[in-house]
Amino acid sequence: MTAAAQPAATQPTATQPTATQPAVLGEPVANPAPERAHRRARARRKALPYLLLAPALITFGVFKAYPIIDSLLLSFTTGAGAATHNAGLANYRRLLDDPLFWTALRNTAEILVVQVPLMLGLALLMAVGINSVLVRWRAVWRLGVFMPAVTGLVATGVIFAFLLNTDNGAINWLLNAIGLPTVDWLGQPFWARMAVVLVLTWHYTGYNAVIYLAGLQSIPKELYEAAMVDGAGPIRRFTAITVPALRPVLLFTVVLSTIGTLQLFDEPYVLTGGGPDNATLTVSMYLYQNGFRYFDFGYASAIAYALTLLVSVLGAVQMRLMGERDR
Amino acid sequence: MNPKKPVNLKKLRGWPLTFVLAGVTGLSVGPFYWLVVAATRKDDEIFDWPPKLLPGGNLGANIDHLQHRIGLLRVVGNSLLVAGVQTLGALVVALLAGYAFAKFRFRGRTLLFGLLLSTLVVPEQVMLVPLFKMMMSFGLLDTYQALILPGLCVPFAIFLMRQSLSGMPDELLDAARVDGAGEFRVLWSVVVPVMRPVLAALSIFLFLGSWNQFVWPLVALRSPAMHTLPVALATLHGNKSNTDYGAILSGTALSTLPMMVLFLVLQRQFISGLLAGATKG
Repeated sequence: MTAAAQPAATQPTATQPTATQPAVLGEPVANPAPERAHRRARARRKALPYLLLAPALITFGVFKAYPIIDSLLLSFTTGAGAATHNAGLANYRRLLDDPLFWTALRNTAEILVVQVPLMLGLALLMAVGINSVLVRWRAVWRLGVFMPAVTGLVATGVIFAFLLNTDNGAINWLLNAIGLPTVDWLGQPFWARMAVVLVLTWHYTGYNAVIYLAGLQSIPKELYEAAMVDGAGPIRRFTAITVPALRPVLLFTVVLSTIGTLQLFDEPYVLTGGGPDNATLTVSMYLYQNGFRYFDFGYASAIAYALTLLVSVLGAVQMRLMGERDR
Repeated sequence: MNPKKPVNLKKLRGWPLTFVLAGVTGLSVGPFYWLVVAATRKDDEIFDWPPKLLPGGNLGANIDHLQHRIGLLRVVGNSLLVAGVQTLGALVVALLAGYAFAKFRFRGRTLLFGLLLSTLVVPEQVMLVPLFKMMMSFGLLDTYQALILPGLCVPFAIFLMRQSLSGMPDELLDAARVDGAGEFRVLWSVVVPVMRPVLAALSIFLFLGSWNQFVWPLVALRSPAMHTLPVALATLHGNKSNTDYGAILSGTALSTLPMMVLFLVLQRQFISGLLAGATKG
């Protein structure tokens, strides 16, 4: 994605030298005074990009690069404050034997495996529906389904904590109204995880649908017309034209949702507090607990790096898998 | 008369799908409507059966309660201040850096850009502990600076600015330079006006992210007077002995609905702002 910008970005260099001091332009080089001015101008021009970059580089160095490195170093230490000392790989060994870490990992994985396919499948259907020329008021539906994405996750969590209330919540009323039994959403381990799935799905499905919609609208109509002439039905057209054309977008949303879900924190924090009985404890919540409830910075940092590893490996695997089907 | 008939048939065929989409949209929007109703009702009406369908008249009392419980005005002020300053700061940082990356050739350009982008794959949680330690040693815990500073460098925003600026014709810049404008003048009076749509979308993206950010403020803040709206709401909600539902929900409405109104007014900028990552990816 960076390559596309390259040619345009290199163009200005040709015109650059005349830019800041147009008065120098065409001056004979032999004349010493303009020569000095010229050199000064050139030095300034050379410094200019660095000057423009300075705010970004300073804030990047202090608040991004340094913390990332510090976190890695911390993950090899133990103790707190001045009593910190080197611990080698002890934190990582502890991580492998920590049942609670594995619980958090399992919870996160279960939420991920249920939520991401469910949400993206629904989003794709939603997008195809909204994109259909037969449908009326398409702009309204597009706007409506996107609205949850604008809401903060804490607000979402609070709203759904009420809606999912076992005895008095609106969702159980709706379930009962269509003949389904009451669900103890926030009290049963399995259902608590499904409650998190539900909230995530509500929040992000429309967002992904609008991404798909943009992708759908860039597919040439002629492809569908040609397929129709060849006698392809709607399902065949969907699998043979729509899905392949959307593959890059699908890949993007799969990777983005996976990474996002692996880092899940806000929703379970507000909705369930990680309960009942750690059933919705996620890796990020466990990191937070160790770092800021027990102030075990070393261990929290090891969890952070385990998470980073997980995010990069899973992201890379998905790109590999979905990229390869392309060929 | 004749060509009209198939059109009508086609329209008829669209109705079932339209109804399905209306239902789906109802599920998306329903919780907001419920929130509006609940935020304006008394505590004991919120769980009434059959549910109240229309807003009540208790919003003022609920907000009064909230002001009493969390110091609502101060909390909203905190949120606005942090989100406003952070958005403006990150925008300036990204504009300057994006301009440098897009329109200048200099030593280390590729390396620096790659370095910035590489941190996009690092989860935010990795930085929590080191940032906490850093702010502690600076004596900045529980201050606005602690919340604002780490959000000034947004690699994604720099990436987006660079991409958009690369597409800007150099003739525009050169014309201004030939007229004798300095580089910052060029930036301000040529680049910024042309980039206005991108800047608008980006500011919405940044503001929304900042307005809703939760983990870092939760870690960096201690005193309730410094809380931002999400932290205050989560804290109030997390206190299980508290049954002041009307207050919590009016606060939730207050943190959500202004954004909704803004979204309805500026829908195009919102959608392109939030999808900026998707369409470029």
